Amino acid sequence: MPANLFPTGVEYFRILPEMILTIAGVLVMFLEAIFTNDDQRKIFGPLSIVALLAALVASISAAGDPGAAFSNMLIIDGFASFFRVLVIGIGVIAILSSTEYLRRENSPGGEYYALILFSIVGQCVMVTANELIMIFIGLEISSIASYVLAGYLRDDPRNNESALKYFLLGSFATAFLLYGVAWIYGLTGSTNLDHIRSALQTSTPPLALAGAAAALMFVGFGFKISAAPFQIWAPDVYQGAPAPVSGFLSVGPKAAAFAILLRVFMTAFGPIAARWEPIVWVCALATMIVGNFAALQQSNIKRMLAYSSIAHAGYVLVAVTAHSSIGSAAAMFYLAAYAFTNLGAFAVVTYLSRRGERYVAIEDFAGLSQRQPAMAAMLTIFLLSLVGVPLTAGFFGKFYIFKAALDANLFWLTVLGLLNSAVAAYYYLRILVVMYFKDPGDSLDTLEAPGIGLKIAVYASALGTLVLGIFPGWVLDIATRAALK
Amino acid sequence: MTTLLDAVLFLPLIGFFVLLLIPKSNPSLSRMAALVISLLIFVISLGLVSGVVPEGYAFVHDSEWISSPPIRYHVGLDGLSLWLVILTTLLTPISVLASWKHIDHRVKEFFAFLILLEFGLIGVFISLDLFLFYVFWEIVLVPMYFLIGIWGHDRRIYAAVKFFIYTFTGSVLMLAAIIFLYNRAGTFDYTQIVAQLQSGRLALSSQVEMILFLAFFIAFAIKVPLFPLHTWLPDAHVEAPTAGSIMLASVMLKMGTYGLVRFCLPLFPNAAHKSAPWVIALAVIGIVYGALVALVQPNMKKLVAYSSVSHLGFVVLGIFSFTQQGLDGAVYQMLNHGISTGALFLLVGYLYERRHSLEIAAYGGVATPAPNLAIVFLIATLASVGLPMLNNFVGEYLVLQGASYSNFSATVFAAIGVILSACYMLWLYQRTFYGKPSESLSHHMPDLSGREWAAILPLLLLMLWMGTYTQTFLPSISAQNARILDMSKQRPAGSEVANAR
Repeated sequence: MPANLFPTGVEYFRILPEMILTIAGVLVMFLEAIFTNDDQRKIFGPLSIVALLAALVASISAAGDPGAAFSNMLIIDGFASFFRVLVIGIGVIAILSSTEYLRRENSPGGEYYALILFSIVGQCVMVTANELIMIFIGLEISSIASYVLAGYLRDDPRNNESALKYFLLGSFATAFLLYGVAWIYGLTGSTNLDHIRSALQTSTPPLALAGAAAALMFVGFGFKISAAPFQIWAPDVYQGAPAPVSGFLSVGPKAAAFAILLRVFMTAFGPIAARWEPIVWVCALATMIVGNFAALQQSNIKRMLAYSSIAHAGYVLVAVTAHSSIGSAAAMFYLAAYAFTNLGAFAVVTYLSRRGERYVAIEDFAGLSQRQPAMAAMLTIFLLSLVGVPLTAGFFGKFYIFKAALDANLFWLTVLGLLNSAVAAYYYLRILVVMYFKDPGDSLDTLEAPGIGLKIAVYASALGTLVLGIFPGWVLDIATRAALK
Repeated sequence: MTTLLDAVLFLPLIGFFVLLLIPKSNPSLSRMAALVISLLIFVISLGLVSGVVPEGYAFVHDSEWISSPPIRYHVGLDGLSLWLVILTTLLTPISVLASWKHIDHRVKEFFAFLILLEFGLIGVFISLDLFLFYVFWEIVLVPMYFLIGIWGHDRRIYAAVKFFIYTFTGSVLMLAAIIFLYNRAGTFDYTQIVAQLQSGRLALSSQVEMILFLAFFIAFAIKVPLFPLHTWLPDAHVEAPTAGSIMLASVMLKMGTYGLVRFCLPLFPNAAHKSAPWVIALAVIGIVYGALVALVQPNMKKLVAYSSVSHLGFVVLGIFSFTQQGLDGAVYQMLNHGISTGALFLLVGYLYERRHSLEIAAYGGVATPAPNLAIVFLIATLASVGLPMLNNFVGEYLVLQGASYSNFSATVFAAIGVILSACYMLWLYQRTFYGKPSESLSHHMPDLSGREWAAILPLLLLMLWMGTYTQTFLPSISAQNARILDMSKQRPAGSEVANAR
């Protein structure tokens, strides 16, 4: 009993990343109150990055000693470590691409960095959670920070709309999740994922009720990963939120949400897989179709990337449908590949949108290749990766996912998914068309060279996209070893 | 172990990066560098000729790329791929020369993409790993997309996007089939899969085999292009700059026919035999339809483009005749078409540079101010028509002979295509070069320059060489084709084998 009340040292070691990030976030808030001039505030960006790098090192070293912590509430296994490293890495790139943006919008506040750090803490808790209440707590920490981030520029009506929609619909969906948790607790008497699994395996609670509980929880997760038909919020939120925040929201919380979706459905609901597989099948297909076909019509690049991110959630759901070890590894690889690609794309958009985000129509990119050839080339790499052209990360991501799907005999889902990716090629190519085939318009005259932080963010993302595309084996090996069985 | 083939493959990639490093402000340096690099690659690639052995793959390099799933960098060269590689390396410097003056904006990017295209094309022809093949197959799309889209004519954007989407759609289905094959065979390696199929260790039921065959076939048929999947081709050809048209017609279309020979036949022989009548019907329709449409084209490039649809129909006809002559003729015709259509696009490009029009009606009487151009154009025309002593005759004859063994009525219809090709090509020649030139035309029609001679002469010599001395090329092609035919014998279907056990 005392052992449970007083966690051992190794347990603290296992949640060191979360501790570092929380302390750093609180520190930033304190310093914000103490600092008086803007020069001092410049420290927040580097400080957050140092904290994230320290957390990164802590997560990697914690991965060497896997195990449970805090009475089995948290579990630090390969799967959790993979995602923890991923979301912290996402945080680094997100902050690098934000600094310049905040200065441009005259809002270099510390709370922005604190919120990003808190959001990442939430995501770390989510991916390490081994029990439904912890999942809920992590989700809330991450979500509340995200809601505020979406409305960070409070004088901008687009930000307000974005935050309000995100908050209202998000809370609504979380209620479903919580209701599902309550049902499961009622049925199995536990919120621990392993206990739920064995309860569903051995004693037989009414299967219809267990299925209904799983469905309720899927609604909650479906909202977070923007799966159809729960995707309605995503375009408005991504379009309205500050560009670097949109980039962050489209990969960070999404990766964490997929992590818990995979963990809950493959661990706890593994025994009733036959029940939920058809639902996820339909959902995956619908998500791909809705995302891709709606994206075809968009003229605003942020909105287009929002629909594209819905479509990509559909591809990952294909891997979830396969519910195998290979599928889990494929989803992990895909989320990592997608993180680099989309963060990079949003970083370029952040750079091009300029003050007040005035230039976010696709047409505003006309002739970019002639004014900023390097940035245009980088965006080309990201777009080709989103299309799924070989030698980019996106290609191998799709390849592994559809390979897993074929392994699981999901022939139709594979064929329809691949055809969907051909549809997607059209709207990504449209940006290439505008950048390379059109002559530059006057608006590009006001474009200044990108700042150092943004440059690092873009080049690092491009490097990641290419390395994962040419040597995917490194990450895939890790993912395969860490995959849920 | 690094081989000469690796050098030929990766030099273009290195050349691409070298070209990227040249400053934008110095276009003539970019041109020069592109020419030197592409010529160097060509000269090195000639070294491959002596190394090819009749009994298998030469210059094999097989090493691991990705450990799990086992994707290997496995390349090799045989009689089939050798000449296609040489064709690629030859036409790249010619395309560089063809673009020397024609391309005057964003010069550096143009040549960089052209050399990158060469990298992808060589990779397609030498990959012996299905996955590697698919990777190169897709890589080729990207530079070509930019070549058409940036430097093309008025409707270039439409053409570029159509080209990309068409090919991409076809190839994703091929990807699904490749993954499926992997899941069954446990390897992406082409040679191992063929060996497994032959030994019966890997048996596909006839239904599965047909679906896989179709997935590969549609991807290749779009690329060939086979009627009715050809509609992207006229757009792409007409809108592409000269160099783009040359590479597209001469080399990229061969990716499709090469794929049919290399993959569709040996991997899925039963399905290939079963669907042969349909494929031959489509090929013959393509031959006649392409020729008829070419006949009425007012635009020169469109005319040559539709003539490609017709000529490629012959290649497909030869492949699906399942005879040694037919297959030899088909492969020979791939090379012939590359040479003669490449030459025609080059010459049409010359005309365009002088008069800035592709409409046949804008010309007439060109022979008077530019007699050398007229003679050269005549030789290319006659080659394309299939005059004996020139290259196309050999290929067409072999295809028709081979096809006549297996499907005589198809041969008769295909022969009509030969007659029609004489009609549209000679009529084009007559309207363009004969008659009395208008005043304005005479002033803007200088004869061939030294650079233009340098680009066209190798092609003319090859037309003669390939038309008169087939010994240089055919033995290695035949040897490989015999092996392909051997692999493509009909096998008992998977279910029957299973029952027999």
